[in-house]
Amino acid sequence: MRRARTWLPGLLLVSPSIVAIGVFVYGLIGWNLKVAMSSWHTVISPQRFVGLENLSKLWGEARWDLAVRHAVIFTVAFVGGAMLLGWVLALLLDKKVRAEGGFQAIYLFPMAVSFIAAGIVWRWLMNPAPAERASGLNLLFDRIGLGFLANDWWQNRSWGMAAMAIPAVWQMGGYVMALFLAGLRGVSEDLREAARVDGCTEWQVYSKVVIPQLRPVTFAALIILGHISLKVFDLIVAISGKQIITDVPAVYMWAMVFDAHDFAKGAAIATYILLAVALLIIPYLVFVVRTERQA
Amino acid sequence: MTTVSQAPPPSALHRMRRRLRGRPSRTGGQAFRLVLLLAFVLIFLIPVYVLVVTSFKPLSEADPSTAWSLPRTWTLDGWKAAWDNLAPALWNSVRLAVPGSIISTILGSLNGFVLSKWRFPGADVVYTLFLFGMFIPYQAVMIPLVQLMTSAHLIGDISGLILAHVVYGIPICTLIFRNYYASIPRELTEAARVDGAGMLRTYASVILPNSAPAAAVTLIWQFTSMWNDFLFAVFLTGPNTWPATVRLNNIAGSMVVPYSQQMAAALLASIPTLLVYLLLGRFFMRGLMAGALKG
Repeated sequence: MRRARTWLPGLLLVSPSIVAIGVFVYGLIGWNLKVAMSSWHTVISPQRFVGLENLSKLWGEARWDLAVRHAVIFTVAFVGGAMLLGWVLALLLDKKVRAEGGFQAIYLFPMAVSFIAAGIVWRWLMNPAPAERASGLNLLFDRIGLGFLANDWWQNRSWGMAAMAIPAVWQMGGYVMALFLAGLRGVSEDLREAARVDGCTEWQVYSKVVIPQLRPVTFAALIILGHISLKVFDLIVAISGKQIITDVPAVYMWAMVFDAHDFAKGAAIATYILLAVALLIIPYLVFVVRTERQA
Repeated sequence: MTTVSQAPPPSALHRMRRRLRGRPSRTGGQAFRLVLLLAFVLIFLIPVYVLVVTSFKPLSEADPSTAWSLPRTWTLDGWKAAWDNLAPALWNSVRLAVPGSIISTILGSLNGFVLSKWRFPGADVVYTLFLFGMFIPYQAVMIPLVQLMTSAHLIGDISGLILAHVVYGIPICTLIFRNYYASIPRELTEAARVDGAGMLRTYASVILPNSAPAAAVTLIWQFTSMWNDFLFAVFLTGPNTWPATVRLNNIAGSMVVPYSQQMAAALLASIPTLLVYLLLGRFFMRGLMAGALKG
């Protein structure tokens, strides 16, 4: 261990950030937990400690159950859709393609746009009006002879949340493509060539050599998409506002805080969002830190 | 002897082999791939077409039946109205994202330097705790954050929003700089140290001059995420300090605003980040990769 005189200045230089993260991340998470376990249900109500009551009371409540169901449907559609799209785009671009940079730029640009701005145009595109009042994509489908594709998008009572994932897939598909492309390029050409020399078909080269090497990238992409999905908020607000039909935990929490002023309930919902993200992220961080140590 | 020295390098051998084997199917496959890639380009650009075309339409052409056609008369009315409506909010976004991204970058650079080159006992623990802060859902700190900002009289103020973004941006900025500085040879900092330079002198003479690429990444990353953020803004700002995203969402949420103006406003609010992306896309990509902890 080096002498304190050499490392102490370093600690001092980082200390403002340590304090800030300590207070704003860990301190406020603790404080939020305290609010979630209080009886602060209106602006003026007393803040007594009520234990886990708020957290357990959510289950079985119709709106909460619906929000959780929506979040699950959205997550499956969004993560699955973005992984598939990104993977297909990466495979198409993997071998030298003319104007590759141009293609990449087009698939990636939606990421630079806010969910709010994207939501405006996607709400227009996913207009559910049928028949002669049709507009947006439904009208386009009708014009190009794909009328059977017309549907009521996010206003569908059972699977609307899957339609809600379409704009999110549009925004994040390019990101997954970039991750996979970096992964694919990281698999050395010598290794692929060796497999080919050994008589592997091009398909076998991918399934036996390339794909197993992409496991860490796939893992990273799943985690990143998954945690974005659990937090989804802007997109839903931009497309449907606070309608129950597209409610997710983050929007429900917003409604509780802003409209109902039920801070305890809002904090309880926020606690569940944090728990879901932590379950996903902590194993990932352990994995990342461990591989870094080994390197 | 001569045969050995004339043998082509392995990479050239690969290329030759591949050319020999795959020629006929390759050109066919390539054309097929190109067609698919172009089809995806079309799909990706549908929202852009709608945004641009609709924004230039006069009110008289707002009928759904002409939704997909080009405007018969092009007009700037929508853009003018959108500008009048959005300009103050755009200015708020500038006042947020420019200083915010600069402060974030300075903090990230100092933290990254200490955590990679001037480490103190427990530096790894601090780094891991920072990393978790990168992924937390901000809902989990929002209620106490609003309370904290209110008691500090920072609610409804741009500086409060800057503070929040800077603090919650510390993890990603630290990560980007730490990984970047790790590639600077240890000998350089050690040499400065042997020459009797203290921590700050070492930073200023060895590290700072080499920081430009990482600084570009964090500047772009933080600028984009501050510009596009909706969640913090909607909780922490008021009508006078709303940034573009919140104002945009209000414009879109009001039923009386015509689509031409909504689309023009969405484009206006997206232009700065799209410009950054087009001009500095390379760095933007690196920021994305860092988000996946790939350095």
